[in-house]
Amino acid sequence: MHEMGITRNIVSIVAEAAKSQKVRRVKLEIGKLSAVMPEALMFCFDVVSKGTVLEGATLEIVEVAGKAICRDCGANVELHQIVTACTCGSRDLKRISGEELNIKEMELEAA
Amino acid sequence: MCGTCGCSEGNKATVIDLQTGEHTHIDAEGNEIIHTHDHDHSHNHNHEQDHKHDLSSVSAHANAHGTTVALEQAIMQKNDALAIRNRAWFSGREILALNLVSSPGSGKTTILERTIIDLKGKTPICVIEGDQQTANDAQRIKDSGAPSVQINTGTGCHLEADMVMVGLKALKPTAGSIVMIENVGNLVCPALFDLGEMAKVAILSVTEGEDKPLKYPHMFQASDLMLLNKIDLLPHLDFDVKACLAYAKQVNPNIEIIQLSAKTGEGMADWYTWLDNQSAKAVAQAFV
Repeated sequence: MHEMGITRNIVSIVAEAAKSQKVRRVKLEIGKLSAVMPEALMFCFDVVSKGTVLEGATLEIVEVAGKAICRDCGANVELHQIVTACTCGSRDLKRISGEELNIKEMELEAA
Repeated sequence: MCGTCGCSEGNKATVIDLQTGEHTHIDAEGNEIIHTHDHDHSHNHNHEQDHKHDLSSVSAHANAHGTTVALEQAIMQKNDALAIRNRAWFSGREILALNLVSSPGSGKTTILERTIIDLKGKTPICVIEGDQQTANDAQRIKDSGAPSVQINTGTGCHLEADMVMVGLKALKPTAGSIVMIENVGNLVCPALFDLGEMAKVAILSVTEGEDKPLKYPHMFQASDLMLLNKIDLLPHLDFDVKACLAYAKQVNPNIEIIQLSAKTGEGMADWYTWLDNQSAKAVAQAFV
């Protein structure tokens, strides 16, 4: 359940940036191939944010599709799952997106 | 969790130095607590709400919808920064650091015991052992003749870069040595946490399913080498070696594979050659 530790990171980074202001919304970017489950993050967020400036905030998760370039034929490959082959048959793929774990923005309550 | 003193509340991990018996706690924020027992955290938050809201670093578009602030920060930034620091520390000392990952029971510790004994007098090795509980594995390593520290993660399912850093402080590995980091037996979470190693080595044993690389692709993709262990048991099992190797290559076409038995010693020479080559690489990369 690594989502618990990851959520602690999220809450700690956002709380530090927000100083003592109340946070209304947090927007994350989570790659579809990152081995982090958005549902688990949502669950952990409610628990971890309790008693912090993030308590009650909405967690918005933007999922990023997996994309790669085939090292053999140069084609762009959509990665719908982590183990995929290019249409040319090659599995030697250079991943260019899908592993993101980023905090994009936060919305603070108006003064 | 610390079995001796029981002061586990809020601790992320405990590091036990098998040479001295001392132990260090790491709290949830990554701070080291070197066994003082007065956790006197009086958190006096006197929030005098005078609402000045100094949004100096923030564009203050205060409106009814609140103020949106761009953060653009990596969630794993703290771990990744410490991992980079560990990597530089290893690199400057020409140390080969390996992160050994597998499910519980694949034979990681047995492979290490044999490696330490076989390479005695040739390559200095020290070991950072990760387990949720007990110092049993670090004790086994010490009994084989290598310095070791045990990191107990408590409920944690993986090692993190800050724990390795504390472990290194206790071990003080010598220049040109090999540091083996035996991660918590788990094929999921350790793939996400960079420790500063030069390579991950995945260990799979033939008593497990041959399709494990397909079931846990993240780990096998992140690894440079796969050791297929316990091959002495193959005559008694239905394990399909050919299929297993094909699955591993399907998940990661660049993965190297060595078949071995830590018990009989078969294939261990190939593993030692791989270690030699990687050590040479660590030396070559030291000041690049």
